[in-house]
Amino acid sequence: MIAQPQMANELSQLYKNNSGKVLATLVRLIGDFDLAEEAMHEAFLSAVETWSKQGIPENPGSWLISTGRFKAIDIIRRKKRFGELQPALQQFLNEVESHNVSLTQQDIEDDQLRLIFICCHPAIDPNIQIPLTLREVCGLTTEEIASAFLVSPSTMAQRIVRGKNKIRAARIPFAIPAVSELTDRLDAVLYVIYLVFSEGYSASAGDSLVRTDLVNEAIRLARLLLTLLPDSEVMGLLALMLLHESRRKARTDHNGNIVLLEDQDRSLWNQEYIKEGITLIHNSTASRRFGVYTIQAAIAAVHAEALTPEDTDWNQVVSLYSVLMRLDPSPIIELNRAVAVAMRDGPKVGLEILASLADRKELKNYHLFHSSLGELLRRTGQTDQAISAFERAIELAKQAPEQRLLKQKIARIQSE
Amino acid sequence: MQYMLLIYGDEKCWTEAEREQCMLESMAICDELAEQGKWLASSPLCSVSTATSLRIRNGKRLITDGPFAETAEQLGGYYIIDVEDLDEALAIAARLPPAQKGTVEVRPLFPLPDRDCHSGS
Repeated sequence: MIAQPQMANELSQLYKNNSGKVLATLVRLIGDFDLAEEAMHEAFLSAVETWSKQGIPENPGSWLISTGRFKAIDIIRRKKRFGELQPALQQFLNEVESHNVSLTQQDIEDDQLRLIFICCHPAIDPNIQIPLTLREVCGLTTEEIASAFLVSPSTMAQRIVRGKNKIRAARIPFAIPAVSELTDRLDAVLYVIYLVFSEGYSASAGDSLVRTDLVNEAIRLARLLLTLLPDSEVMGLLALMLLHESRRKARTDHNGNIVLLEDQDRSLWNQEYIKEGITLIHNSTASRRFGVYTIQAAIAAVHAEALTPEDTDWNQVVSLYSVLMRLDPSPIIELNRAVAVAMRDGPKVGLEILASLADRKELKNYHLFHSSLGELLRRTGQTDQAISAFERAIELAKQAPEQRLLKQKIARIQSE
Repeated sequence: MQYMLLIYGDEKCWTEAEREQCMLESMAICDELAEQGKWLASSPLCSVSTATSLRIRNGKRLITDGPFAETAEQLGGYYIIDVEDLDEALAIAARLPPAQKGTVEVRPLFPLPDRDCHSGS
């Protein structure tokens, strides 16, 4: 018999390591999210009891899955006793009972992949895909997700219920997409992971710690996806996130103010993340089927490899943005490319490109367009115009740290 | 699982030749689905200019000329299919020629327990 506190520790570790896999397989065997969750919790409860007497079995995951399946049958029978067993539920019970329990390692891995694909199915509202993935794949609680997205737990719970209802009513399959659809569907999954990351990343200048957890969840999700589906763009996305995250400590000062890339203390950058990111980019580009995430990661890598801002290979950055523009044209990428050109060829050339972009409706009210404009105007000595561009950027910026940074820039010009 | 595929599009953006081609391709898909036991019903609809709408308010029949809502894209036809799941329904929707110009809305038919009993499935 194992001492209780030690047992509790081991169990919570086992829960962490296994709940994702156990839930994924139970969803396949049972075909219903809510029932699978309920069954999994009952299986863990029964594990606490059984394992404290008999010790932890050799393969706790399989034990939990088969116990969970029996628990699901119990739950359906219990509901029957309360007289609410409709023909549909009876049929369902028969299906669960007759379902072959297939539990090879490959099946269990495929189940996790199926779970990711079903949560990120394009037939589900994008605002629901993200919380559903965090809830079902990452195992976050509804309360944690609600606080990460700054909505009330009841609002978040409703969204998740809506997603599960859609899966059930429209019969969205618990399946790995056919090869012909895999690329599109994988893009949808990568986009969800990237949105989770962005949500946490852009908020990490604020004071909410929970939101920075989203960054870790996104990285964890991408790592899991990579083990299940070693695709070049999964590598690209993971690399992109690692390279951005490597600068986390340097991105803000102790007052929560933004520190721009060129002013960052590069010794604070996480070299392990940088190394891992660069290796992933090499592996991805070697496949020759890489796409936009890999290229964005490669741009981040050029910055990561520069020991000082002056060492940055701007020519390389410009060419990468040109490739990106061919693959995925967007005004934002044109803006970024213009800024890189200005770094390579001087602010005057950059200003000419910005002038040609000024009428784009996507950029007109984009604060970073106006702050880039202000920066280039300042460098060419056009201080009055620079100040009014920064003022426009302040009006458009939504986050307090960004507004503070822009105000500092104006103050610096005025004091020069 | 049964799904209805509702075909929405701008009636005016089809030439006569395109319409004919679309009809031939659609019929070929229906034949193929029927052979697999997946086709239940389908039909194009006459132009929205032939539509009549009716509502009863305070016990009185109100009849108006025209569709339920005046929109740029109108309901132009439907299919009812019986397939495994949403992904299969979407794969069929993607093959329908009107998907290239308009929109195919995929809706599951609400399963009625009675009907299941009668049909014995």
